[in-house]
Amino acid sequence: MKARDLPALLGAVLLVLLCAATLSAPWLAADPEAMNLGAIHAAPSLSHPLGTDELGRDVAARLLNGGRVSLAVALSTAVLAALLGTSIGLMAGYRGGWLDAVLMRVTDGVMALPLLPLLIVLAALDPAKLGIGDEARSSEMFMVGRMVAIIALMGWTGAARLVRAQTLSVKTRDYVRAATALGASPGRIMIRHILPNVASPMVVAATLSVGNIILVESALSFLGLGVQPPMASWGNMLTGAMNVIWSAPDQALWPGLAIFVTVLAFNLAGDGLQRLLDPRR
Amino acid sequence: MTGWLTSRLLQSLAVLLVMSVAVHGLMALMPGDPIDLMIASDPHLNAADAVRLKALYGLDKPWGERYLAWGTQVLKGELGYSRLFAKPVLEIIGPAVVNSLILMGSALVLSLLVAVPLGVTASRHQGGWADHLVNTISFASVSLPTFWLGLMLMVLFAVKLGWLPAGGMQSLSGDGGGLLDSLRHMVLPVATLAITGIGQYARHTRAAMLNEAAQDYIRTARAKGCGPGRVVWRHQWRNAALPLVTLLGLEFGNLFSGALITETVFGWPGMGKLIADAVMGNDFNLALTALMLATAMTLLGSVLADLAMARLDPRIRLR
Repeated sequence: MKARDLPALLGAVLLVLLCAATLSAPWLAADPEAMNLGAIHAAPSLSHPLGTDELGRDVAARLLNGGRVSLAVALSTAVLAALLGTSIGLMAGYRGGWLDAVLMRVTDGVMALPLLPLLIVLAALDPAKLGIGDEARSSEMFMVGRMVAIIALMGWTGAARLVRAQTLSVKTRDYVRAATALGASPGRIMIRHILPNVASPMVVAATLSVGNIILVESALSFLGLGVQPPMASWGNMLTGAMNVIWSAPDQALWPGLAIFVTVLAFNLAGDGLQRLLDPRR
Repeated sequence: MTGWLTSRLLQSLAVLLVMSVAVHGLMALMPGDPIDLMIASDPHLNAADAVRLKALYGLDKPWGERYLAWGTQVLKGELGYSRLFAKPVLEIIGPAVVNSLILMGSALVLSLLVAVPLGVTASRHQGGWADHLVNTISFASVSLPTFWLGLMLMVLFAVKLGWLPAGGMQSLSGDGGGLLDSLRHMVLPVATLAITGIGQYARHTRAAMLNEAAQDYIRTARAKGCGPGRVVWRHQWRNAALPLVTLLGLEFGNLFSGALITETVFGWPGMGKLIADAVMGNDFNLALTALMLATAMTLLGSVLADLAMARLDPRIRLR
């Protein structure tokens, strides 16, 4: 334990606390969607620790529930993007040849696209035109799943590059050649012999990507294209705060601070993990 | 070199073509179409009018045919009409690009002016308190949500202190207020973008400087009796700046496509806000053209970055 590992430890502790707090939201806080028009923009009190918003809803409850949505979206997206990128990178690196050429051109192409404008287009698509029924469309699961899918669709490229490079360097090692000589199938070699060697840089990259995903998700929700009200998210709480910025300027403080602290915690923890798993740095 | 450039440009064109198909197809999947919107806003139109209008605009045709029709028009230089602004698309995109260039350019220069000295200082005192401080600043800067920073600056300087305007590009009263008024409107959005940009530039500068610090030519320069300032800025920094050129190439596209979030928060009429408004307002021609322009500029930026690298670093050969 050295002094320079302190920030990483701090990040990890923060993450544990955040997860615990958001998961226990139903027991800790009031109903996040209960309105009380008699108590709009109430000051912090015992029953409302952070006051109430423009519809008299409890800010603390909305923060905790919004955090649960943000964390769920971010973690699932990071896992999905890592899986997607790892499969593509493994295939490209191990098979080589034309498949590698095609997959890497596609990766370069996606990497060169303007990210946010395209995410907006994807988020604005009409699910009805994709053949998704009314009932499914309005469910919370669908809303979360949709965010996860579109952000992962744009976010797998870094993982693909990383895994491909690692695969190329591992596949010429003697133990891989020995496995091939013993008659192991390509699928077995990729999963049993190559994957374990690319796992640790992948875990680091995925951890570091969570922070960015939270920023992107909250930006989309802020623009009204992500998590839809009345369901709370840190992004759409800030949209509400912006609308009342002249009458209640303090509303913008808490949701943004929550995003900032969470992203910072993931970045610090990821950085620490990188040093832990890669002692050369 | 010419061969390299040709193949890179052809590749970029291919990406652009695929993108135009994809974006055109995606736009067709957005809620409603222009005629539905027209009908919703005009009670005199009935279902028969809708069918006639759809046939008139070709909206009853299959998607492939519509894409080809749009493509031919664009190749002829006909970018169409914006429904949202009721003007030709080119007339709207021109000023928006200029506004974005002003905003993004100032923010980029400002953040480099702060980040480079920070990164260089951190690298000169590796492991010291200055290094830790710069590291902390960098972590904070890359973790800040742009829209929240913008809102907080707005709350502090526009709402509470009343020193600066909260949004727009110039005051609406009188003749617009002149240069000073425009500058006052720029302060908050430029500061927002610069603060969130400092982190990554400072980090890259520090890493590049440390990379060069171990090289033989630095030791030679010291042995010749160069002062520390001269070694750092004349020898080390000039080489460390090379990787930053690649980073700037990636930034090139953003100069033209603008800062979507910051522009939306501050109501800055640039390309970013234009793209957001056009997509959400279902303005087909405008959104498509703006998105294609943003993509083209991003692709061009990465080609320019490679060219600049080859020009600055004789060890790199483009094949």
